[in-house]
Amino acid sequence: MTKDEWDVLNGECIACGDGLRQSGHYPGGNALQPAHTATTVRVRNGKASVIDGPFAETKEQLAGFYLLDARDLNETIQLAGKIPPARLGSIEIRPIRELVP
Amino acid sequence: MLSKQVTALNEDIKSDFRKTLDAIYRNESRRLLATLIRLPGDFDLAEESMHDAFAAAQTQWQRDGIPDNPRAWLVSTGRFKGIDHLGRNVRFVALPDDFDNYLETGSLDTDAEDIEDDRLRLIFTCCHPSLSSDAQVALTLREVCGLTTEEIAHAFLLAPTTVAQRIVRAKGKIRDAHIPYEVPAQEYLPDRLDPVLQVVYQVFNEGYSASTGKELIRHDFSGEAIRLGRLLIELLPEETEVSGLLALMLLHDSRRVTRTSPDGDLILLEEQDRSLWNRQQIAEGSALIKRPFSSHSIGPYTLQAAIAVVHAEASSANETDWTEIVGLYDLLLHANNSPVVELNRAVAVAMRDEPEAGLALIDAILSRGELRDYHMAHSTRADFYHRLGRNRQAKAAYQQALSLTRQEPKRRFLERRLAELKK
Repeated sequence: MTKDEWDVLNGECIACGDGLRQSGHYPGGNALQPAHTATTVRVRNGKASVIDGPFAETKEQLAGFYLLDARDLNETIQLAGKIPPARLGSIEIRPIRELVP
Repeated sequence: MLSKQVTALNEDIKSDFRKTLDAIYRNESRRLLATLIRLPGDFDLAEESMHDAFAAAQTQWQRDGIPDNPRAWLVSTGRFKGIDHLGRNVRFVALPDDFDNYLETGSLDTDAEDIEDDRLRLIFTCCHPSLSSDAQVALTLREVCGLTTEEIAHAFLLAPTTVAQRIVRAKGKIRDAHIPYEVPAQEYLPDRLDPVLQVVYQVFNEGYSASTGKELIRHDFSGEAIRLGRLLIELLPEETEVSGLLALMLLHDSRRVTRTSPDGDLILLEEQDRSLWNRQQIAEGSALIKRPFSSHSIGPYTLQAAIAVVHAEASSANETDWTEIVGLYDLLLHANNSPVVELNRAVAVAMRDEPEAGLALIDAILSRGELRDYHMAHSTRADFYHRLGRNRQAKAAYQQALSLTRQEPKRRFLERRLAELKK
């Protein structure tokens, strides 16, 4: 995608968000940074493990999301380790991406 | 005549200055980079500012003399150069809380302790668990050790562009995923230290036993890893596993010259000329593990180092205290249960008892489906068969090992063993 095409798409996304908000269909949401920025946290036997990358196993499913306000990745990892399903599956951390109009 | 002498004198002064500046660069550039990354938190900007600071030093110091505290001069100059770059090239960077104060005064906490902390910040950032281990190794060698992309690429038999890309991506992730430039809090330190020690040991092993290619040993990388180990001890004197890892590397390195023949062939521990082992490194390694053992804080690296000490103290393979070694492997299995540790324990058991005992242990590992593709499991099995005089089975196992390794010296070693069996 060229820079111009990207800018056009970004603009459309912002307009789409505005439209959904006005019609009352949009409680919240954010664009995410690309998958290469992802970090995955699992807790096993009370111990958190951190690995690079998104979880990509096809048998895993996206069960929900938390929007966290944290200082940086280390604080986010500490918060994510407290989410109970981290003990069973994985929590994927992705920074939100600011859409710049 | 006189003018010639003056010119010669000037040349001497210039060359002395050059040498001094080179030495300052070698001693200070990594420290300076680590400090410049903290403010304002950008790897590439810090690199540019560092080079600008040394360029400025070259002209200014030659004219005015070398300042009393070159480090402080370089930090402060580098920071101003960084601000210049920021002004020219406005971009979004995460500025620390005290940045305003810094802009006003131009100087901030540049005392020795902060600067040493910056080196730790850099190491923990380069080895952050959210980076892949390939990226951790490349970034640590580039940023902490100051190796060039070409040097790293050469050691890992990769194209320089591949390494460059790995480093660019890792820096991109540090920025985009907001990996902070900090030393982990005490409660997270043990977990965060694991990948740091792994990176150092991987660098050491890459130098000690390159996983592919013709030369078995790449000296510089072992030396680099030992330097990193020394730096970590200086920065984290309380962490016993740091001592354990440095001890382990020194003890392995003490046998370096005896591990290969002049033709580059592999020589096993039992056949090495022990009089050539580096006694100074052995003494240092043995001393380093005294404290972890006396504080009862004994981790896997310390245990492996202790095993290496038992070997180092024995005058031959037969006179080795194999009971002690088996006991240490038992502790190691308890701390770090892995089939490779089990395999090494099987070798020690075979030496303590009989080859049959070792063979039974290896067969048990293989029957669980583990280590089937690991050449060492098969060549060890072959050695046991050979010692038992069961040559047909030994031959089959050596052949299987040969089909599983691409390391040239190991291949030649296995081929030699096969040739001996045919005699």
